[in-house]
Amino acid sequence: MYKLRLKSVSKSFGSTRVINNLSLEVETGEMVCLIGASGSGKSTLLRCINLLEPVDHGEIWLDDFDIAEPALDPDPIRKRIGLVFQSFNLFPHLSVLENITLAPCKVNGKSKKDAQDHAIELLERFGLADKAGTYPDHLSGGQQQRVAIVRTLAMQPELLLLDEITSALDPELVGEVLDVVRTLKAQQMTMVLATHEMAFAREAADRVCFLDHGSVVEIASPDQLFTQPAEARTREFLARLLAER
Amino acid sequence: MPKLNRRQLHDQAIRRRSLVISSASLFAVCAGLVLLVPMAPGWTAVKNSFFNWDVLVKTFPKLLSAFVVDLKIFLWSAPLIFVLSLAIALARNTRRPALFPLRLFGALYTDVLRGVPVILLVYLIGFGIPGLGLPRPYNSPYIWGTVALVLGYSAYVAEVFRAGIESVHASQSAAARSLGLSESATMRYVVLPQAIRRQIPALMNFVIALLKDVALLSFIGPIEILRQANVYKSLMANFTPYVGAAIIFLCVTIPVTRYADYLLARQRRERSV
Ligand SMILES: Nc1ncnc2c1ncn2[C@@H]1O[C@H](COP(=O)(O)OP(=O)(O)O)[C@@H](O)[C@H]1O
Ligand SMILES: [Mg+2]
Repeated sequence: MYKLRLKSVSKSFGSTRVINNLSLEVETGEMVCLIGASGSGKSTLLRCINLLEPVDHGEIWLDDFDIAEPALDPDPIRKRIGLVFQSFNLFPHLSVLENITLAPCKVNGKSKKDAQDHAIELLERFGLADKAGTYPDHLSGGQQQRVAIVRTLAMQPELLLLDEITSALDPELVGEVLDVVRTLKAQQMTMVLATHEMAFAREAADRVCFLDHGSVVEIASPDQLFTQPAEARTREFLARLLAER
Repeated sequence: MPKLNRRQLHDQAIRRRSLVISSASLFAVCAGLVLLVPMAPGWTAVKNSFFNWDVLVKTFPKLLSAFVVDLKIFLWSAPLIFVLSLAIALARNTRRPALFPLRLFGALYTDVLRGVPVILLVYLIGFGIPGLGLPRPYNSPYIWGTVALVLGYSAYVAEVFRAGIESVHASQSAAARSLGLSESATMRYVVLPQAIRRQIPALMNFVIALLKDVALLSFIGPIEILRQANVYKSLMANFTPYVGAAIIFLCVTIPVTRYADYLLARQRRERSV
């Protein structure tokens, strides 16, 4: 069963076409990694799925609902889809606990008590229980990103979009954030993850999708895509990555 | 105490030397003023009409109680300005086409009212509207003077809020929207708290300016401190009540100014981290 289906989606900024007739399907419980050069449209694609950017053409089906329908109110859909940003984007004026409970209280109408209980349960699960009262500025990058993930999880999303969540981190902090993703994968969370961490994509992804100029060049199992890519462009991209190492 | 290293010793020597120099020059300036000013030909006359101790002592209590009127006008104007300017800033920030008239109004309002001196607003509204022949409580200069201050100040303060709103990075809104918060909830819980916090030093400057500009209402009737000083000046043919009024203002404005500077400095420190 598919959680998410993109059908011929296109998106332009002015005259530059950033997403070009792109189709992609994600099964429930599946984790798809998006790889591709910077500027290939990974972030834009995730923002389109979350309806932060309206698409120009095409359909985006969440379960059996085309959420790209322009007349739709996007707010009730967004709360079903979590998006975690490269730069964390925690709210600096709110404590960790307040960051996490804001949306459950104001969007879902949860009582403060319920929201806090749930938030603390999540914080405990990800080893952040002692940070509840702390403000984001006083956390390390890795802790901030883990809090940002917990913040989206508090909305109990059906689909989680992760946009290069380790790219802004010092190398020694990458592991703790990827561990969170591993945990979520073990819990069958449906995820689309844009990443530069090829080793992680290879280890954890169900399928890997190579994007170039806003189109899917190739999508395959990690073993297949990394060892015997079918497309010349994929081979070139991987060879260039190897050369940069 | 730990032994100072070379750099610290050097810095200490420099600090001592500049302290000596600044004390010496301060002393020279003060001595000059004290010795030279009384030598001016008109000094005795000025001293009598501006710095007359007896007049000061006699008029000060009444001035002080008149100042309470200024404080009251300030205390009810400030929240009104806060609310109105916030409303205008939000109106100018809307992007929904249905609210375009509101946005246009916001832009017109700030352009027109920032272009007119506050004193003119006080005259025009304070004299003009009661002149329409309104019945008794509604022709009070307190009401229309307050309206003039609120309208004039809101135009400036709205711009402060708008700048604050624009300074909050778009990624903050994106994060809030992605969690399902509506546009207005995002503004209320995420953008505005950050915007206002950032603009507190700028807002403090308007607090100080408003404190002083309340005295403009003296031109249209309320017996506040400046008007009271005016009365005494005519009565006693002496300017000392003005000096008394200035002293009273300074007693309030200097601490507030210092506090604003402190907030500004603290904010600069925090940003640089
Ligand atoms: N808001 C925007 N306005 C204009 N151009 C944009 C905007 N966002 C992204 N782009 C452009 O779209 C292209 C794809 O960007 P992005 O989706 O961020 O790629 P990636 O995440 O793969 O690095 C880039 O050329 C970028 O300059
Ligand atoms: Mg990106």
